Amino acid sequence: MLIRRHRSSDPRPSEITPRDVYQRRRDFLKTGVALGAGLFLPASTVADSSLDFSPGPFSTDEALTPFEDVTTYNNFYELGTGKSDPSRNADLLRTEPWTVKVDGLCANSGEYDLEDFLRPRELQERIYRLRCVEGWSMVIPWVGFELNRVLKRAEPLGSARYVAFETVMDPDNLPGQRRPVLEWPYVEGLRLDEAMHPLTILAVGLYGEELPNQNGAPLRLVVPWKYGFKSIKSIVRISFTEVEPPTSWNRSQPDEYGFYSNVNPDVAHPRWSQRTERRIGEFRRRRTEPFNGYGEEVASLYEGMDLTRHF
Amino acid sequence: MGGAARPRRRTAAGQRWYRATWWLLLMAGLLPGLWLAARTGGAFGGLGVNPVETLLLDTGTYAIIALLVALSVTPLRRLTGVANIGRYRRLLGLVAFGYASAHFLVWLGVDLFFDWVLILEDLTTRPFVMAGFAAWFILLLLAATSTHAAMRRLKRNWTRLHRLVYPAAILAVVHIVWLTRADYREATIYALILAVLLGLRAFWALQGARKIRGQPARNGAG
Repeated sequence: MLIRRHRSSDPRPSEITPRDVYQRRRDFLKTGVALGAGLFLPASTVADSSLDFSPGPFSTDEALTPFEDVTTYNNFYELGTGKSDPSRNADLLRTEPWTVKVDGLCANSGEYDLEDFLRPRELQERIYRLRCVEGWSMVIPWVGFELNRVLKRAEPLGSARYVAFETVMDPDNLPGQRRPVLEWPYVEGLRLDEAMHPLTILAVGLYGEELPNQNGAPLRLVVPWKYGFKSIKSIVRISFTEVEPPTSWNRSQPDEYGFYSNVNPDVAHPRWSQRTERRIGEFRRRRTEPFNGYGEEVASLYEGMDLTRHF
Repeated sequence: MGGAARPRRRTAAGQRWYRATWWLLLMAGLLPGLWLAARTGGAFGGLGVNPVETLLLDTGTYAIIALLVALSVTPLRRLTGVANIGRYRRLLGLVAFGYASAHFLVWLGVDLFFDWVLILEDLTTRPFVMAGFAAWFILLLLAATSTHAAMRRLKRNWTRLHRLVYPAAILAVVHIVWLTRADYREATIYALILAVLLGLRAFWALQGARKIRGQPARNGAG
């Protein structure tokens, strides 16, 4: 397995993100203080306003997609279907208070305040490629922890074979949920072995800072070898199930979006090719890699499966 | 529907008015394209996070809007009774063709960057690409035969040929419907407008057929 350590020559988040941008970000994850405490901090305390994390494995050394692009070009239909809608409507997503429910086929279910849910986690930076099913991609420095930490602590029963995820449901505040573009709330799922894989993380930040709302605050999934829509945002529930859980895009157009949705240049979306992608910031399209370039780590999960059928 | 309108007596003042409004309309039609070109050059905040996508989507949007505007000339003329409105039809059609061509060329030369393997695969296997290409190709034929000389040469066939603008518009809307992922609001608006524009023509054609049954058929593309 190829493990790339964070290199000292890699740009630090602080070199890419303008200071004034991350100075404005909230801080409650680390210090537990209320919103607003992170505002107007003097420049000397900049380090305090960012998340506390260490470099993690699997990070790519490809050029990072600028913070500005990562946070203004989003698919988050709860906040609008246009690419710039989520950043424009970001304030409509209420992330406080936030609870995460862990339930289903496990011995240790529970409902946790976000703070309690996150307290035991050691945060790592994971610089992953993100490939959207629409044919564009980014390189994003996430901050988070492996999902398997959460799953193990919940002690799944022997009958648990899948993990289901659910996004917050708040149609009073989220304009997208007042229109039937998709069935709400947004749901996603992974097979248990996919969910346990060390590449699979729950992210709480990017660029060393707490997640902006438009990127799925306060807690989102990141599964880098699958199309972006699998990486469900703003999670409120994680459930162990015996049968394959429903997933939103599959429910909406089953012939176009499968349960697995692994990045695969050889399986076209029924309406457009998946052979190439445009990396945001680049002019020419580039070839799309099987499993988004993570084949070495995850291809074995699908041994013996016909990936044109299980797309 | 009559393109058969006999040329009216044109006064010098009327002619000046026509010229002025023709240029005004041309400028208005080109304005979105100029704005897009300026943004491509980096002005007005540029083209955003995914510039190629912006170019592709915006040229396509301008093309369908211009086409729908061109198709509303004949109903407007009929509803208002102002025959001169018809004189702007060709200009508006050519503006639509211009944006459709820009859209086609951005797809071919910027988005896919002349990658002929991908282009051929798209053209032969993706229904939404085929529909869009067919719509553009029809507009190309119509633009190429939009001159007075072509009108004279083709005689009655010119009208028949230019009725292809209806399938072109339908194909263009189908193109948009087929490429939509989940939010059909925009596609629905185009489809409704087109349905009204074509529905009016069908209604008038039926009415006319009833009225003049037994008389020589009138012709004229609308």
